Amino acid sequence: MTVESTAAARKPRRASKRTSAAKKPQSSEPQLVQLLTPEGERVEHPDYSIDLSAEELRALYRDMVLTRRFDAEATALQRQGELGLWASLLGQEAAQIGSGRALRDDDYVFPTYREHGVAWCRGVDPTNLLGMFRGVNHGGWDPTTNNFHLYTIVIGSQTLHATGYAMGVAKDGADSAVIAYFGDGASSQGDVAESFTFSAVYNAPVVFFCQNNQWAISEPTERQTRVPLYQRAQGYGFPGVRVDGNDVLACLAVTRSALERARRGEGPTLVEAFTYRMGAHTTSDDPTKYRADDERAAWEAKDPILRLRTYLEKSGHADEAFFTELETESEALGKRVREVVRAMPDPEPMSLFEHGYADGNSLVDEERAQFAAYQASFADSAEEGK
Amino acid sequence: MAVEKMSIAKALNESLRHALDTDPKVLIMGEDVGKLGGVFRITDGLQKDFGEDRVIDTPLAESGIVGTAIGLALRGYRPIVEIQFDGFVFPAYDQIVTQLAKMHARALGKIKLPVVVRIPYGGGIGAVEHHSESPEALFAHVAGLKVVSPSNASDAYWMMQQAVQSDDPVIFFEPKRRYWDKSEVDTDAIPGPLHKAVTVREGSDLTLVAYGPMVKVCLEAAAAAQEEGKSIEVLDLRSMSPIDFDTVQASVEKTGRLVVVHEAPVFYGSGAEIAARITERSFYHLEAPVLRVGGYHAPYPPARLEEEYLPGLDRVLDAVDRSLAY
Repeated sequence: MTVESTAAARKPRRASKRTSAAKKPQSSEPQLVQLLTPEGERVEHPDYSIDLSAEELRALYRDMVLTRRFDAEATALQRQGELGLWASLLGQEAAQIGSGRALRDDDYVFPTYREHGVAWCRGVDPTNLLGMFRGVNHGGWDPTTNNFHLYTIVIGSQTLHATGYAMGVAKDGADSAVIAYFGDGASSQGDVAESFTFSAVYNAPVVFFCQNNQWAISEPTERQTRVPLYQRAQGYGFPGVRVDGNDVLACLAVTRSALERARRGEGPTLVEAFTYRMGAHTTSDDPTKYRADDERAAWEAKDPILRLRTYLEKSGHADEAFFTELETESEALGKRVREVVRAMPDPEPMSLFEHGYADGNSLVDEERAQFAAYQASFADSAEEGK
Repeated sequence: MAVEKMSIAKALNESLRHALDTDPKVLIMGEDVGKLGGVFRITDGLQKDFGEDRVIDTPLAESGIVGTAIGLALRGYRPIVEIQFDGFVFPAYDQIVTQLAKMHARALGKIKLPVVVRIPYGGGIGAVEHHSESPEALFAHVAGLKVVSPSNASDAYWMMQQAVQSDDPVIFFEPKRRYWDKSEVDTDAIPGPLHKAVTVREGSDLTLVAYGPMVKVCLEAAAAAQEEGKSIEVLDLRSMSPIDFDTVQASVEKTGRLVVVHEAPVFYGSGAEIAARITERSFYHLEAPVLRVGGYHAPYPPARLEEEYLPGLDRVLDAVDRSLAY
């Protein structure tokens, strides 16, 4: 024990440098499940083996490249004023594609607002994700078509929806599973704690997939927790595992295993994907104000796409033609996204009164009629002006 | 026999039993709703008859109760959740307001959220802090929610059926101090629409509008005023969102005077909304400004002071006199 820590122990109530939240706890050296190293080497893990064909590996690579391309296009569209806001997933492609490709069609996904890669895996047209960021709707897709729920902006709320949905799955006697996505910041929310309690108590078939991207806007993970996040699960009575979130193979293997556990009726699992948000939280913030340049540089060396490319090239699972073709496909996606967003019409004014209620509502009827009359008064005065 | 005299508590219990019996997708969730039957025994015996999978005792976490109910509704269930007391709904307020109320609209109508949130509300039972509040305006203000409150056993029975059948989320405020009041319930009747206000006493000099626990007080006030030769009409609003303004308007245009009575604080309360709308609709029919009687802009007081805070017969009659004096 050091002199400093002894002194701190004598004055437990005094704030000292040792107890400051700015000091990194032991979580900075995570025990990660890893199957593909940052250098692109395949490694084995005793609990999570995976055997993918060259075609499957290329498909994962394609997913990640196209997702990144889509994300880059959306960021550019925000800069051009076509979107009001964008939450970039840059750097988190492996966590999202790996977990997303572990899902079956009949599984149900509850995302936060950054799961563009998971949406891609579910078959949601990426342009559908842009309506809410452009300001033409608050969701815009039917969650039941792809079993992909609407984005949830209030942090952590969706973990409870996922838990309730999973309770319903169990009641139905179905063997599908549910996955809830959230971030390291959300782990501080009461709803996440309550969802852990409920899912454990009812043994709900839900996987909690926490993308620890190290930052909740400007607050580091150390501002959310003093223990590694995956260890929280133990206190609730279910397993937690930390996976290299930049390793698409490990994310796939770990999520698949957790989903299978849920299907077998063994209850929830917390997966902490240890990753990094390369860009800003959203296009509204400026990460240069709160994090050091060398931090990003260190994570760039762990880039999820580069490492799989290295492996594909070294193993001979993909040739140059594959990468060239993907580049063309990627540009075409960018072009389509651009065109669709720019052509998105503003909603009709009268749509204000649509969908507030499933059943009729006299108050809405009254206000709709007043608004319609008000709108019509402009048409009348235009008529008079002729 | 279809007509039976029962308490509001019994009517709610019978109604929940009927809902569980008719639709296998109906669930009841909450703290202590199982073996205990709820702290007010509204769910008494239901777990015994329908099992722990249908009548679900939950962890002690209100946001979790409503949040998981939302998930169950998305899976096709129709959860009825019990919040133990009015003041305990606030941990769940976020889930109700930011999630439950808005999800149907956010999905452009593609999904439905048939969740009923039962809240025993209001004062007059000598309870401790957070057990006597009337937060209905906080919910009525939120688009996407329906807010209702029965005042008698028949409405308790039928409005609960209608709330469960609604594809929209319904906040169902139960007047806890009237739980043991008895009246006739016809379980074979064809109920009126959920959001229709009802004239519970005819009159020609002034209209009293109330809902939930205050209907009884207003009926007593009208009876007392009758002895002084004043003819008071009493409306039971039944629904605070939406509000049946047509019925209120028709009554006011007959009597020319309106007093709104509720337990909740007057400031920003439902009385303010009714006064404003009726003034817009019936300005030239009004013989007096619309008056309001309700709680004060003060924390709900300790039990020994609640008689001063809650509108009673005298305060309602005082408002009637003030209105008639114009």
